[in-house]
Parts: sequence; C-alpha cells; structure tokens
Amino acid sequence: MGLIDFFKKKSTSDIAKDRLKLVLVSDRASCSPEIMERIKNDIIAVLQRYVEIDQQGLDIKITKTESDADTGSTGPALYANIPIKSMRHSD
Amino acid sequence: MSEVIVVTSGKGGVGKTTTTANLGTGLAKLDKKVVLVDTDIGLRNLDVVLGLENRIVYNIVDVIEGNCRPAQAMIKDKKCDGLYLLPAAQTRDKSSVNPDQMRALVEELRKDFDYIILDCPAGIEQGFMNAIAGADRSLIVTTPEVSAVRDADRIIGLLEANNIRDNKLIVNRLNIDMMKHGNMMSADDVVEVLSIDLIGVVPYDEKIVVATNTGTPLAGDGTIVGNAYMNICRRIMGEEVPYENLDVKKGFFAKLGELFSAN
Repeated sequence: MGLIDFFKKKSTSDIAKDRLKLVLVSDRASCSPEIMERIKNDIIAVLQRYVEIDQQGLDIKITKTESDADTGSTGPALYANIPIKSMRHSD
Repeated sequence: MSEVIVVTSGKGGVGKTTTTANLGTGLAKLDKKVVLVDTDIGLRNLDVVLGLENRIVYNIVDVIEGNCRPAQAMIKDKKCDGLYLLPAAQTRDKSSVNPDQMRALVEELRKDFDYIILDCPAGIEQGFMNAIAGADRSLIVTTPEVSAVRDADRIIGLLEANNIRDNKLIVNRLNIDMMKHGNMMSADDVVEVLSIDLIGVVPYDEKIVVATNTGTPLAGDGTIVGNAYMNICRRIMGEEVPYENLDVKKGFFAKLGELFSAN
C-alpha cells in the first residue's frame, strides 16, 4: 500500500456513516425511488418549456440541509443540478 | 414518583433484553423498587436472562385477563432485593393484549414501583405498539452497525409520532479495538447520524455471553460492562455521570505506526 493510497483511503466506519446518512434521508422523507423518478420527470417537463436541458448531465436527489446554526437540526432538501444547453427564446 | 421506561430497538438481537435485565438489576442495587415487564408475548426471554425461568406460575396475559392479581404473577429476583419480573406468556401471541390493557396494567404497577421497565419486542407491529402504550420515556438500544442504526431511526420517528418525547440512546456492543482501527462507527458517529441524546455506551465483552449462560446480570459487579450499566442507571435517575473514555479516535502516531507496518 502506497503513501498516497493510505491518505486517500476512507475507513469502513466512515463509509458506514456516509451510507447511513444517505439512506436515512430518504427513509425520513419517505420518498421511494419511484416517486423520485416522477419528481424528476415533472421537473424536466416544466423546465423544457423554457430551456433546453442536458438530460444526461442532470442530477436530482434528496439530501440533508446544512444544520441550522440555532437549532442544530437538519431537514431533507431537494438538490437539483440541471445543466442548460441553451435558452429557448419565445416571445 | 414512578417512571415507566420502554427499552426498544426496532432490530432484533441488538441486546434489548440483556439491557433491560442489567438496568433492572442496577436500579435495584441503587435501592429502587423495580419491575421488569417482558412484553414479548410468544417469545419470552427476559426470564432466562435473569435466571428466573423455573419460577414462573402466572404471566402478563393472565394478569390482563384477570386470572390472577399482578402480585401473584410477579417473580422476586433471586439475588437482588427490590427487583421483580412480570414474565410474558409463551404460548400466546401479541394479539392477546391491546394498548389500552397495557396502559391500565402499567398504571396499576405505578402504585408499587419506582421504575417500571418494559422490554419491547423487535419490530414495529402490534407488540411494539403495546409496549410503548403506557411509557413515559424510552431507551433505544442500537449496535454501531448500519442496519441497527437505520432501524433505530425508524423507531425514534414512531416514538415521537406516539408522543413519547424523552428518547435516549444506548450504543451497545461497541468493539473498542475495531472502532480505533476505523472499522466500526463510534458512539459519537451514531449520535451524529441519529441526532438524539446518548445515555450510555456498553462495550462489547464476552462476559455478557457468560453471564447470560448462567442467568446473572453484570450490573454493579465491578466489570467494565457492569460499570457501564450502573452509569446508565445513575443517568436514568438524573445524575450527571461523566462518560467513560471509550471513544478514542485513532491518533497520528497510531496511523504512522500502521503506515510503516503496512509497507
């Protein structure tokens, strides 16, 4: 094992923690992959009325919001990264 | 004033029954009058963990159906003064009891005991709903594993939905060695993921298996595990007890050492 590999390597406990955080977000939001797919398709349909989007490059998921400074609580958030190929100009 | 505490987990096999037995023993050793109620009807186990399996005459279903008085069904612990067990029925199922009946039973027990500790069955079905019905607060047992923590999160959600707001976490079977090597989540990791207050950490120890073989809980016997349970008992009673220093994250030199040994 090389030096660089060593520093890059994540411990399995960190992997467990990361996987848990992700799975709990969708558990808590009680959002099935099926519903996720429908949300995604609806967002695409709406956006395509106005812009041309790169369907291959888009990324939509439910994640956790950054913890609130006051309460320390976190909630689910819809994260969407949608690359736009070109704007449709229609008057 | 008496308190009703449900020990629950969602996932099976994480140590609910062992925890219940040890907390009951610990609280009794701290001069409290305690009754442990096995609500796992059909899969009775608390009796064997306490070593009281040969003394059962009546059970919880007999009490609820009015075949006997609660005092007749309760078994006094062999070694520990002030500790009693109300055993589950073995030949019945969860549908023999409903949440209203459990609530009434618990209210009856409040008159005679400082702590009523309910050992909850695994799962989120009727057995769980029965067990939490009369509870004031909960202790959620989990191990530092993905599956157990996930189920604990679900349980916390269900407890809150049922208006049980005082929910504390016990991280059970923490393997200190594995944790130090980054191969097991620490108690801090689990607390961070679940965002719930910790009330205790119980390290993994083969002594637990031995204790269960003979039916003698470890709380208060001076072992590391026994002390961990006693500390949880004191925290249940509202004492501020500092945490055992278990969560030693791997330091720089340990990493350096591993680096050399790996090459």
